Amino acid sequence: MNSSLTINIIRFVTLILLQTLICNNLNFFGSLNPFVYVLFIILYPIGSNRMNFIFISFLIGLVIDLFLDTGGAHGTASVCIAYIRPLILKFSFGAAYEYQVIKINESELPQRLSYFSIMILLHHFILFTLIYFDLSRLSTIIYHIFVVGVFTFIVTMLLNTLFSKN
Amino acid sequence: MQQLLNFFLKFRTSILFLILFNISLALTVSVHDYHKSKLFNLTSTVTGSIHDFFSDISNYFNLKNENRILLLENNRLKELEFNINKTESKLSQGNEKYELTTASLIKNSYSLTKNYLIINKGSDNYINEDLGVITSNGIVGVIDKVSNKYSRVISVLNTKSKINAKLKKSNHFGTLEWNGNNSNIVQLLDIQDLVELKIGDTIVTSGYSSIFPKNIPIGSIKSFKLNDTKDLFIIDVKLFNDMTSLEHVHIIENLNIKEIEKLNNE
Repeated sequence: MNSSLTINIIRFVTLILLQTLICNNLNFFGSLNPFVYVLFIILYPIGSNRMNFIFISFLIGLVIDLFLDTGGAHGTASVCIAYIRPLILKFSFGAAYEYQVIKINESELPQRLSYFSIMILLHHFILFTLIYFDLSRLSTIIYHIFVVGVFTFIVTMLLNTLFSKN
Repeated sequence: MQQLLNFFLKFRTSILFLILFNISLALTVSVHDYHKSKLFNLTSTVTGSIHDFFSDISNYFNLKNENRILLLENNRLKELEFNINKTESKLSQGNEKYELTTASLIKNSYSLTKNYLIINKGSDNYINEDLGVITSNGIVGVIDKVSNKYSRVISVLNTKSKINAKLKKSNHFGTLEWNGNNSNIVQLLDIQDLVELKIGDTIVTSGYSSIFPKNIPIGSIKSFKLNDTKDLFIIDVKLFNDMTSLEHVHIIENLNIKEIEKLNNE
């Protein structure tokens, strides 16, 4: 079987299990849980069919929604960052992306940091806006976006470094 | 026609994006509706059995603590039994009859704004919607959806939850809600500013809603302030229950509820 397909299937299942069984129960400082499943969308192979990519991102968000009883907030956030990923890739990696030659794990650290942080911040922005959906609680929303965002960023960077091949 | 087809082919990713985006937005909005029970029944079988399996494992580590709590509860019940002639049993006042079923929690949640718990009893065990859930320390929530083997409980830590409660001392009653900030503290609203309050006063259920019996403990007053119009109190109540470590719960069914509802509808 196609090895990239196998890796993606394993990643899909593992990240969902990791998210629902471990990360949703961490509750750092009372209520902070990282959303590590974003890593699936971040690491999805560049240059593959965009239709499939958007649909699978929607699917992983929806599964997380089922486990967390949040309706479709995770699905919306996931499908949004999947749709604008090419723009963010272009912004972070510049010309290298235009020629379709980059591999995320072989790129330089500053580029990778900017790519990860933009994706995660955008995802959390949409997610928490939808979960609270209340302008009078703007301070809570902003607090969660940044604090959970930083938390997710650290955990995803660690996981990525830990499980990359080189 | 050809142009139309070309248009669709050219923008097919954007169109797919818009479709999926709208589906998930619609799902987000529909959380507030009550029409999800069909979907809940379907999905809870899958997510429920996964949570079930892993809570079986984690339960093992809590055995010691749970034993201690059970012992304490046994102790209290024994005391009640010995004093039965002097004090009335707590759950059968007047002609109200309540039936208790035990259940254990297979999914706890307290860090979101709309927290739902899942317990391992469902319609197979004759559990219905709108039954109250308590522990030996105090209230936990109200059942809102039931599938065959599981039911979902709206925790008191849910911004949608509304429970009738009163001051134990003076019988003034109000509504218990949660503002979503602290998983230990809920808010008691709609108490008149004439009422005298003291920090540490006990809050109990009022028994007016026929979901919970009277005088089930909820928590104690931590602080209070007046609302913007200066006529009602907003009271912060510290829960007796530690919502972060629930394990065994009791489901309360009011056997007279049909009669009360019939009277209400007439």
